Amino acid sequence: MSARFKAGDRVKVRLGSPPRHFRTPTYIQGKIGTVERLHGTYRNPESLAHGGDGLPKQPLYRVRFAQPHVWGKYPGPPRDQLLIDIYEHWLEPA
Amino acid sequence: MHDDHPDNPHAPVARDHPMTEFERRVDAVQTLLIEKGLITADQVRRRVEEMDSRSPTLGAKVIARAWVDPAFKARLLADAKAAIAELGIEFTQEAALVAVENTQKVHHVVVCTLCSCYPRGLLGYPPDWYKSLNYRSRVVVDPRGVLKEFGTEPPPDVEVRVLDSTADMRYLVIPARPAGTEGTSEAELAELVTRDSMIGVAQARTPALR
Amino acid sequence: MSRVHDRGGRPGAGPVDKSEHDLSWWEKRTDAIAMLLMSPQKRVMRVDELRRAIESMEPAAYEKSKYYERWLHAVETIMVEKGVLTREEIERKVKELAARR
Repeated sequence: MSARFKAGDRVKVRLGSPPRHFRTPTYIQGKIGTVERLHGTYRNPESLAHGGDGLPKQPLYRVRFAQPHVWGKYPGPPRDQLLIDIYEHWLEPA
Repeated sequence: MHDDHPDNPHAPVARDHPMTEFERRVDAVQTLLIEKGLITADQVRRRVEEMDSRSPTLGAKVIARAWVDPAFKARLLADAKAAIAELGIEFTQEAALVAVENTQKVHHVVVCTLCSCYPRGLLGYPPDWYKSLNYRSRVVVDPRGVLKEFGTEPPPDVEVRVLDSTADMRYLVIPARPAGTEGTSEAELAELVTRDSMIGVAQARTPALR
Repeated sequence: MSRVHDRGGRPGAGPVDKSEHDLSWWEKRTDAIAMLLMSPQKRVMRVDELRRAIESMEPAAYEKSKYYERWLHAVETIMVEKGVLTREEIERKVKELAARR
């Protein structure tokens, strides 16, 4: 599976709370960040967690978010960042 | 480790307390899995020994090398699993190992908000606080507040980066090399590297405080 | 409303308790059993399944359980789900071992 995004791309995290295992924390859903790097492609844990084979493999990215964007009342300096690994199917172009 | 004999799961053992419900269940599950031929008592014992051989001392060795050898540090940042293998350390986890560097301008701190992912294949079992609900809840939203509880106060002009490891990456922080260690040997430098500094809640020790 | 394991930013969390304990032999054994079952050599279960079973615990049970109690619960759950063990034989074995000692 070829990767849809590259470093520097702006992405928005999809919203969702499916009644199964998923790896995208609620706090980051709906937020807009910047792709920092593509880690590679990995078996999809959302399938593996339910006995599936995890295929097709999903591109996995590290995405960077400005802390004040993630939290309305971030108590630290605005330069602080949050980095989180997110699978491609949870991302859309922003 | 404390009170029990691992070799034979059926052997009566001396204990200084009655078995708890948890202990009875571990025993029952292990016994059943052995009876069904899925695992052996020897495999369990060896697996515990293998984990006991993993400790922050291994990580400290890696960090000290990175401090004294910029080319090694570059390789560590590019492919941490391959780099630590150069030091004879096998990363015993299937997940990838990724190193990030703390500098005078950037401070990384690692958490797993959904679970407790940790580079145990290098550093050993994670500490209790790393797995705690309070750490997992708070370090993403108030990293500087949590760092302060660990005695770490990055200046406001330092960019604090929280790394939430949700997936197949296990993060190792390369702490900033302490000032005043220019002439310090690699072995002595390794003694300055703490587990907490490799998670990012603390700085490496300074020689004076060693 | 996020699920019980999804802790990031959850309000009401207090200071981090930095006290630590050495893992007991029982905790290490639970860890080792799970790791063996999840190892590439055996692949009886996946770490993702372990996590899913932990996340599916009753929220109150999740909150009050110790770390390796959650793991053991998950190992039991997944082994029963896969038909490797049954609830009945686990409970029978627990009683049997308790009686023997």
